[in-house]
Amino acid sequence: MSTVSQTTHDSVVAMISPPSPDDGLTPAELAQKYGLSVSGARVGLGEYVQQLWGRRHFILAFSQAKLTAQYSQAKLGQLWQVATPLLNALVYFLIFGLVMGGRGKMDNHDYIPFLVTGVFVFTFTQTSALAGVRAISGNLGLVRALHFPRAALPVSFSLQQLQQLLFSMIVLAMVLVGFGHYPSLSWVLIIPALALQFVFNTGLAMVMARLGTKTPDLAQLLPFITRTWLYASGVMYSIPDMLAKKDVPEWLDDLLLSNPASVYIDLMRFALMDDYPASNLPPHVWLLALGWAVLVGVGGFLFFWKAEEQYGRG
Amino acid sequence: MAVAERTLEQTPKDPRPTVIADDVHIVYRVNGGARGKGSATAALSRILRRTGSPGMREVHAVRGVTFVARRGESIGLIGSNGSGKSTLLKAVAGLLPTERGHVYTDGQPSLLGVNAAMMNDLTGERNVILGGLAMGMTREQVRERYDEIVDFSGINEKGDFVTLPMRTYSSGMAARLRFSIAAAKDHDVLMIDEALATGDRKFQKRSEARIRELRKDAGTVFLVSHNNRSIRDTCDRVLWLEKGELLMDGPTDEVIKAYEKETGR
Repeated sequence: MSTVSQTTHDSVVAMISPPSPDDGLTPAELAQKYGLSVSGARVGLGEYVQQLWGRRHFILAFSQAKLTAQYSQAKLGQLWQVATPLLNALVYFLIFGLVMGGRGKMDNHDYIPFLVTGVFVFTFTQTSALAGVRAISGNLGLVRALHFPRAALPVSFSLQQLQQLLFSMIVLAMVLVGFGHYPSLSWVLIIPALALQFVFNTGLAMVMARLGTKTPDLAQLLPFITRTWLYASGVMYSIPDMLAKKDVPEWLDDLLLSNPASVYIDLMRFALMDDYPASNLPPHVWLLALGWAVLVGVGGFLFFWKAEEQYGRG
Repeated sequence: MAVAERTLEQTPKDPRPTVIADDVHIVYRVNGGARGKGSATAALSRILRRTGSPGMREVHAVRGVTFVARRGESIGLIGSNGSGKSTLLKAVAGLLPTERGHVYTDGQPSLLGVNAAMMNDLTGERNVILGGLAMGMTREQVRERYDEIVDFSGINEKGDFVTLPMRTYSSGMAARLRFSIAAAKDHDVLMIDEALATGDRKFQKRSEARIRELRKDAGTVFLVSHNNRSIRDTCDRVLWLEKGELLMDGPTDEVIKAYEKETGR
């Protein structure tokens, strides 16, 4: 049989042919006959979710590894996990609390917990989106070398941000107690609030991840978008107080209060601060929080899954 | 010897195909590789004049490759640098989408990627665990094989290096650890991309032995190499790629002879 050589197609046919029953089958028919499947094809949604669940240990290990690697070169090491959010809060307090006087009717006793909660909760969503946009495009080496449901990457990145937030919560608890907001039963509400926000963030990260693979320029643009979002979400000021002075229609008030970032921020403030007025919350706030989580979480997952077989190109 | 093996696998005793490539085309799209001036004003004027998507260039890396690989075969891929060998393997592994054509596989082919999910800032220890999980091993499997992986890599021979961050390793040590992690798993269809070239001589011997072991368990093995001797030693069939096209497909001796004649060796 060593005469079998020549070029491309001839030799393949020759290889299949002599005494074989596969004679004359096209490659596609041959594949079907032996039950071969298309390599790298997108699997069904149910199986995809199963595969993703099967990779949960990898997702967790990857997020923890990323978190540790972040500060491994710094002298203070993992202390930066707590120091970074603390410094962040301090900067905003200096600028908006002391210099600009944006605290409206609140005194320091309320304003500082108000501000710090807002900054931390917003940062959670912001960094998830920013990490999401690079989740695939920044890990092409991994995507091109190994097989796993690609959603593992954006999920892992938002899980990393969740762990980062838990460090921030330590700082937040200290700030709250320092300003006289002692732990009460309502603090339990942070668990459902954080869970819903995490689902929302993961969906957002998946949307960003898919968009980021097609349009890498988004990574440059996104910081400006999230910063605009930050200023519109009442992180450093109370939206109702601010708008009360301005004489604007009520729907604008509701619109600003219903945007996902301010919904999750307000829920957290409501849970943690003693006397945070319920009138600062938009109507049906838990329903809104749940709605955003389901809409963006499920929608983002489907949106990401639709392009599963495309990741890794270009 | 190669001839004997070939006749053996062509008797329809076990002719099950494991990989079928059907007219596979692969195109890379590269951003920022556009011809002409790379300045910001040039980019702006391109956008204003709407001349296509500006910074985009296409590289047609694999052009219409067709072959059938069967169980028990060991296939070498040869060709000059940039001929599309690694790209083809990635498509077979399902890691790169094909532009046209299809790749059909039996089971999940795995690429013995020498650069996997490693992070330089983490210790070797954590990288072993992370790499194992990334390849789809369970936590129990990783725990079971942990000592085996570290021993095989031999990075602890010169002191307790496995608890140091990987950025402190020499390039050879890092490559050895990566290979050890990648080779710790059993594979259906195994693809090896120049993996034999890592490490010192002692480690090369060890990894060749490990690859022979993996070959015994795997259905089909693909090997990309520029070393004709290691292809002769391990493969019974060779695909010769040039400029993304399949130039020749046949028994090792014939193809290598033609290849050597062409490249003047």
